[in-house]
Amino acid sequence: MSLLEIEKLRLSIGNFEVLRGVDLHIDQGEVLGLVGESGSGKSMTALTLMRLLPELARTSGRVTFDGIDILNAPEAAMNKLRGDDIGMVFQEPMTALNPVKTIGEQVAEGIRWHTGANRKDAENRARTMLDRVGLPEAKFPLSRYPHELSGGQRQRVVIAIACALQPKLLVADEPTTALDVVLQAQILDLLRDLVDERKMGLLLISHDLAVVADMADRVTIMRHGEVMDTGETARILTEKKHPYTRQLAEASMHVPARTPRFVPPPLSPPDKGEGDADAATGSGSSVPGGKLIGKSSASTSPSPSWGGARGGGAPSQRDAAQSSRNAQTGPLLVLEHVTRDYAGRRRSFFSKPEPFRAVRGVSFALHEGQSMALVGRSGCGKSTLARMILALDRPSSGSIRFAGEELTTKSEAELRPSRRNMQVVFQDPYGSFNPRHKVERLVAEPLHLLELQPSRNEKRQMVAQALAEVGLSTADMDKYPHEFSGGQRQRLSIARALITRPKLIVADEPVSALDVSIRAQVLDLFADLNQRLGVAYLFITHDLMVARAITDQVMVMHEGEIVERGDTAAVLDGPQSEAGRMLVAASPDLDRALARRRAAASI
Amino acid sequence: MTLFLTKRIAIGVLTLLVASIVVFSIMEILPGDPARIMLGMNAAPEALATLREQMGLNVPLVERYANWIAGMAVGDFGNSYTYRSPVIELIAERAIVSLPLAVISLVLSTVIAIPVGIFAAARRGRLGDTVSMGTAQIGVAIPNFWFALLLIYVFAVWLRLVPAGGFPGWAGGIWPGVKALILPSIALALPQAAILARVTRSAMLEVLGEDYIRTARAKGMPRRYVLWRHALRNAMIPVLTILGLQFAFLLAGTIIIENVFYLPGLGRLVFQAITQRDLIVVEGVVMLLVASVVLVNILVDIAYAMVDPRLRARA
Repeated sequence: MSLLEIEKLRLSIGNFEVLRGVDLHIDQGEVLGLVGESGSGKSMTALTLMRLLPELARTSGRVTFDGIDILNAPEAAMNKLRGDDIGMVFQEPMTALNPVKTIGEQVAEGIRWHTGANRKDAENRARTMLDRVGLPEAKFPLSRYPHELSGGQRQRVVIAIACALQPKLLVADEPTTALDVVLQAQILDLLRDLVDERKMGLLLISHDLAVVADMADRVTIMRHGEVMDTGETARILTEKKHPYTRQLAEASMHVPARTPRFVPPPLSPPDKGEGDADAATGSGSSVPGGKLIGKSSASTSPSPSWGGARGGGAPSQRDAAQSSRNAQTGPLLVLEHVTRDYAGRRRSFFSKPEPFRAVRGVSFALHEGQSMALVGRSGCGKSTLARMILALDRPSSGSIRFAGEELTTKSEAELRPSRRNMQVVFQDPYGSFNPRHKVERLVAEPLHLLELQPSRNEKRQMVAQALAEVGLSTADMDKYPHEFSGGQRQRLSIARALITRPKLIVADEPVSALDVSIRAQVLDLFADLNQRLGVAYLFITHDLMVARAITDQVMVMHEGEIVERGDTAAVLDGPQSEAGRMLVAASPDLDRALARRRAAASI
Repeated sequence: MTLFLTKRIAIGVLTLLVASIVVFSIMEILPGDPARIMLGMNAAPEALATLREQMGLNVPLVERYANWIAGMAVGDFGNSYTYRSPVIELIAERAIVSLPLAVISLVLSTVIAIPVGIFAAARRGRLGDTVSMGTAQIGVAIPNFWFALLLIYVFAVWLRLVPAGGFPGWAGGIWPGVKALILPSIALALPQAAILARVTRSAMLEVLGEDYIRTARAKGMPRRYVLWRHALRNAMIPVLTILGLQFAFLLAGTIIIENVFYLPGLGRLVFQAITQRDLIVVEGVVMLLVASVVLVNILVDIAYAMVDPRLRARA
């Protein structure tokens, strides 16, 4: 008899069938990975076994936990079960804690409720538990409030709440999806240790096969409310017998076929201070030697490989033309010693607030047609840097030149030509559109930047073309954003970015909100546009898979500085900097995880 | 916290100063010569000139403003043109009616509205929600003077439980005074309570959809516990905002209600002063009302900080 047994579970909300006969089971001390894309019903399965479903939900089938019939248990019995025998950890740590209660209150509350302990005893237990999840008393007293903690620390508090009473089963619904890779690795380690040490069962819900391969003994793969495939992790993910399993695995490992449009000459590794700028601007083959940089050591000849490296067919006329233009005008984007300070919080009435330096002396160059990744942990300053490049924010010092024009000193009106040539794609395809506007208007938005305003007909044509370029149809012009899926919406935002024919697209985590199969399509689209239109990319991401899939070069950012830069494969295979090594080591990798699992099994 | 308080009080004083300039300027622009009003239409020009001299109406504008402010700072609001007694005495006499009226209404509307709002939110979409919010909708729509007349008809004329109007004063004990204020308080509180209940309901509903409510439920806390211990405090922020704003409307509402119930309060005082061009009384009362609104809003800000640690940190 398993700890948790779900048989033929069906769930409908209103007229919509969310689950259509789900079977799964978890034994004591076992880790089950529940995998699926959004809408597959994996979260609803978790909420069903907690009986925390929306009011209109109707269920049938059987859910048995520890001999208790969950679907028919009275509410009082469920209250006893929740938090005591079943703990739950959620996806979004930033909102999972009550902002007006201290972390001590929130951990102790459940202990008091279930054990009837007095305040002091409950607080002692809460203290022990917080110590266990890595929040020691010295830095994290019980009196801390959630807003004083970072996302990773808040997730530790949520885990402390869930595990405080030694539950038999822990349900973790995408517990690390909102965290950067280094934090993800730490939280997964913590969960694994807790499960081992307390013999808990763990239901780990994730869309990330690599995470599941790393953590789970067995895996269940869901799609559209049905179980597609289930079994021992290593076997399922190695043999990939089920077509959907294969599809998921391939999509999550997907690397678009592309050849770099711009191959810069080998770089000297960046060194601190003065050398940073040299390394960065010197990497551009076409920078006239000694003009931007003190030393003239950098190569001054135009890159011979640019454009020529394209697979299949001779270098086109346009490539050659762009290559020569590139040689004349220099890099598309040059940053020199860019620094951004933010006013800190005033500690007292008299002391001066200490500024916080988000970006420290960043210098680099990006060439036309080049695809560059900017990777780093959350809070390392990469988004601040992107905002400055997009001229949405001004650096405290340093210079940013785009297509030869200094951006930092320009007025909003003077920036218009530059804005036309650089566009942005944001992370969230849901939040970046006004829901009351039609696609035609949304995609045409950047056209106001053009000097000559196109007529209505011309506008429609341009929108149609942009939509065609991202694989959508002209008929989509008259739809509203909610009529599109997540992946299609991200296509829309790419179409919007493309419509002014920009030279540079800054993409801030453009695929991290997307399911793996859609992510693969969007990555293909990015690669294709880079090949066809010669758009340069700056990809901001903490996901090294994305960086590997789509970029020629990688910059690793850490605490406001670029600590490493080089060809993507070289950096990701053999990172030189401490920060780079940490990122690579923490990144989930399906092959590596499976190899480890097989090795462990063969011993 | 002290920095926060200092800041808030400084802003409050600044608000008062700006308000005083506005009040003073408006009174200057309004037609009507106080001296002529006091002496009547057929007064001799010499007598008028002397009176204007006496009342300080001849000195330049800025000087008059400065005198007015300096006087108010030490509690001297000047003398009423029509009552011929110090404004501060008039205000004190009337405040003992209006102040209890405002406080009772505020307390009444809060203790009715917040539980009703919570109740409706907890029963969203069910009968209790529909009935209570429907009632609240009516409460918002009914003009309070009409509701006041209805109350008088039912409770004073028909049931004869309370007096229909007038105020016996506090000399005869607390109960007769309170009895005279019951109906006016209810009439004044009704629209406030209706709005506040709706605000409370929507604030609660928003909070109940938050992730941390689910976290609390996943801890095994029953719905009712989560409602009171987790949701309510988070929902208080918008409720407090509305409460602070409503106080100003409450004070304005007293003008109508005091007239309906024939209560000798500040509202009636200011109403009469306006019709009689007794500008100095109007100025004094209005400034007092502004000051009390400013004070209430400082209290609301302090309450914010007590409810929400994030605001405490920012302060």
